[in-house]
Amino acid sequence: MKGRCLVSSRKDPEPPAKPKAGFSRRGFIRGVGLGSGAVGTGLLEREAVAAPAPANVVGPGPVPITLTINGKPVNVTVEPRVTLLDAMRNYLDLTGAKRVCDRGTCGACTVILAGKTVYSCSVLAIDAQGKNIETIEGLATGNNLHPVSAAFVNHDAQQCGYCTAGFVMAAKGFIDKHPNPTMEDVKHGLGGNLCRCGTYMGIRQAVVEAAKEMKGGKNG
Amino acid sequence: MANTPDYSWPPMEKRKVIGKPYKRVDGPQKASGRAKYSSDLKPKDLLFGVYLTCPHAHARVTSIDTSAAEKTAGVKAVHVVSPAGTEIQWAGTEIAAVAATTEEIARDAVRKIKVDYEVLPHLVKDDDLSKAGARAKAAGEKVVGDPDKAFQEAEAVSEGQYGIPVVTHCCLETHGQVIQWQGDQVSVFPSVQDVTHYAGSLAPNIKVPIPNFHVKQDHIGGAFGSKFAADSWGLVGANLSQKAGGRPVKLFLDRDTDQMIAGNRPSAYAKIRIAGKKDGTVTGWQSESWATGGFTGGGTPPLPYIIDTIPNQRLHHTSVAVNAGPSRAWRAPNNQQASYLTCSALEDFAAKIGMDPMEVFQKNVAYAPTARVETYRYQLQKAAEIADWKKLWHPRGQGGSGPVKRGLGLGFSAWGGGGHQSQCRTTINPDGSVLVEIGTQDLGTGTRTIIIQVAAETLGLTMGAIKLAIGSSDLPPDSASGGSTTVGGVSSSTRKSSMNALVKLFEAAAPALGAQPEQLEAVDGHIRMKDNPSKTLTWQAACRKLGTTKISEMGENQQRNPMGLNASGVAGIQVADVSVDTETGLVKINRYVAVQDCGLIINPRLSESVCYGAIIMGIGTALFEERVMDEQTGLMLNPDMEFYKLAGIDDIGEIIVHLDIREENDKRGVIGLGEPPAIAICAAVGNAVANAIGVRVPNIPMTPDRVLAALEGRNA
Repeated sequence: MKGRCLVSSRKDPEPPAKPKAGFSRRGFIRGVGLGSGAVGTGLLEREAVAAPAPANVVGPGPVPITLTINGKPVNVTVEPRVTLLDAMRNYLDLTGAKRVCDRGTCGACTVILAGKTVYSCSVLAIDAQGKNIETIEGLATGNNLHPVSAAFVNHDAQQCGYCTAGFVMAAKGFIDKHPNPTMEDVKHGLGGNLCRCGTYMGIRQAVVEAAKEMKGGKNG
Repeated sequence: MANTPDYSWPPMEKRKVIGKPYKRVDGPQKASGRAKYSSDLKPKDLLFGVYLTCPHAHARVTSIDTSAAEKTAGVKAVHVVSPAGTEIQWAGTEIAAVAATTEEIARDAVRKIKVDYEVLPHLVKDDDLSKAGARAKAAGEKVVGDPDKAFQEAEAVSEGQYGIPVVTHCCLETHGQVIQWQGDQVSVFPSVQDVTHYAGSLAPNIKVPIPNFHVKQDHIGGAFGSKFAADSWGLVGANLSQKAGGRPVKLFLDRDTDQMIAGNRPSAYAKIRIAGKKDGTVTGWQSESWATGGFTGGGTPPLPYIIDTIPNQRLHHTSVAVNAGPSRAWRAPNNQQASYLTCSALEDFAAKIGMDPMEVFQKNVAYAPTARVETYRYQLQKAAEIADWKKLWHPRGQGGSGPVKRGLGLGFSAWGGGGHQSQCRTTINPDGSVLVEIGTQDLGTGTRTIIIQVAAETLGLTMGAIKLAIGSSDLPPDSASGGSTTVGGVSSSTRKSSMNALVKLFEAAAPALGAQPEQLEAVDGHIRMKDNPSKTLTWQAACRKLGTTKISEMGENQQRNPMGLNASGVAGIQVADVSVDTETGLVKINRYVAVQDCGLIINPRLSESVCYGAIIMGIGTALFEERVMDEQTGLMLNPDMEFYKLAGIDDIGEIIVHLDIREENDKRGVIGLGEPPAIAICAAVGNAVANAIGVRVPNIPMTPDRVLAALEGRNA
């Protein structure tokens, strides 16, 4: 038990050699990150099975990678274990996505990866290469808010705002796939994001309104 | 200036900006991801700080070796927080911290720190007082009237045991800061609900004078009472920065550490007996309560809550010290607990005598403070109307014939408010631009927006004409955002500074209008004569009369002399309408009605949002939230957001907020609403569940296992 906390492997005195009972997401990512550049987390597991064998082995030191963020190539050098979220926040100064639960529960780090809404805390940066990564920073056009963001403002769907960027991205991803949502659809569709200030009443209205607005072809 | 200007709020019907539902001014920034929180900042040469924390609930550090961490390439500073010999009283306690050029390097280095502990016996659970042993500290008995006689002579006596566990603040932005200590200067970007006094809470510990601190915070990702000071992470961050040659260090707690050590609400348990008459009048109260607020004890719910003039009472409270993180103020400290315990007992008494609790509450709010009695009566009636109580309420256990039972329950609340000490500066420039400066913070309640509304109203301008600066220690001093005092404080100081500046502008503009300054008013972007509105200057033209000299005036709200601008004291009644599946134990909120007393409302949209938020947080605590401690290991089992469950978007039902905006309330002045609507939810939901299924589920949160256990007559 020396120096070891049962609830998180982050304090382990020795790095775990392989995943074991009670492993944390970060420990797991570290484990796979050392061995391969193409194995992802649970979210991408099915795709990973179908992926071809990795052409080369990278890491454990920092490696140059290219991410396609909001349509533009961005070069960054990170260790293979670095998550997409940490790459954006710690290395690229893209801080709209937030680190909150840090283990794929709360959705504050939501981005849209190759058209699919994901928790960026649960995707490795190296695995995000070759796919377009839509982030909150890419939503607005100049000074014009994206209709989803505008709807959040109109319905006061935010208080402290720390969950908001993740919610806006989750809502955008949801509306992209469900252009005509009912209120009931919204309650189910946005269930993967959490807010502590309690802004859900506004968010429900905002998402329904944004979907209508986007169908009108005004934007997005 | 011979006379003090009239600072009083304009009458309701004359207001043009105050009382209007403007959208929050920082909404676009937040909704586009552009708002920068302290945890987002990445100044040049930033180092990443990571903590090593204690894995034991109670232990002594016997040795600590940081040499391997120090030798790690990229590590710039290692700081030992708990040296050998330190006795640790809760898991998650900070042992050491590392600052390195990347977060990955810092985490690797932390894992290289070798710590040996002597593990000591712990107590972490508090739900069973008989197991607390020497950790229980009785506060002594308090007796009012003749409780023994009251119980002997009672026509009915009800009794029950109720419990409400420790919950955490779980702010989405964890506690921490970016801090740089260079020579005798400290720059810090904290996550704190008191920007003005942050420096004062850190300065003595690092011996840097307060004026040498530069504290700045644009946005904060939640606080709820848990972020009043620099805390140990401020001190550790400063030390790391200094050891690293003055490079800035970002040190924010990991989620698990934040859940374990950075704030929680004390628990409260009680065995309560009520004596009364068959007409519903309570005549006696007896309670044995206990609670823990962590290792130093704490947490004393004020019982009986609100109805505290019950003539005969016997009260006994015990504080239990457990090896778990210390409590902090949690959105109306001790009030949710007291409301839950009291309202549960009152509802059980109503069930015992077979009366509608709405009538029993009506009868017994007579024991509330005199000034509030009529308010509660009015609110009970209003809440009953909105919730359709007469139609939907049924005697306990008659919630329908199918497996899903519906029930209604009541809860009440009271809170103070008032306006905190606050200074504001309003500057009017010769080009007509206006700057309002105040060293406050916006926790997401809409503080920025309401300050601008007050300044715009006072100066007769639009919202867009006012520039606002908040969130810096360089600005006029404000106070902590706590106790629902911010809106009262900042609205009053802003009103005064803006009025003082306007009087100066009147003096400058009066000669051009051939008038005396006191004959002027500011309306719709003009300075004009009150009696002769055709004698007018545009705002811009009036400001040009200033020549090259700007007006810069201060205004202060004195907490003890609000001058009618702000006030204290609000009542609230809430009704929960729930459905309980008696096969699965699942509780669902159908509708939730809150009738909330208030003062002058500056922005009804934001006020409503704050009420929604308080209720949603309360629904989380009523149905899902609980710090689960493991007696074997002494650890919190759910220091995360997966098993520490917050309410989600589909968990809250439909919420109806009735803000009591009326002229007689408006006349009281501004009263904060951050805490009052957060108080009564556990009470209302707990009572609704009892009403639905016919038996009391004693302990919050109303999880399926507890509901099923109550239905089966088991303890859970």
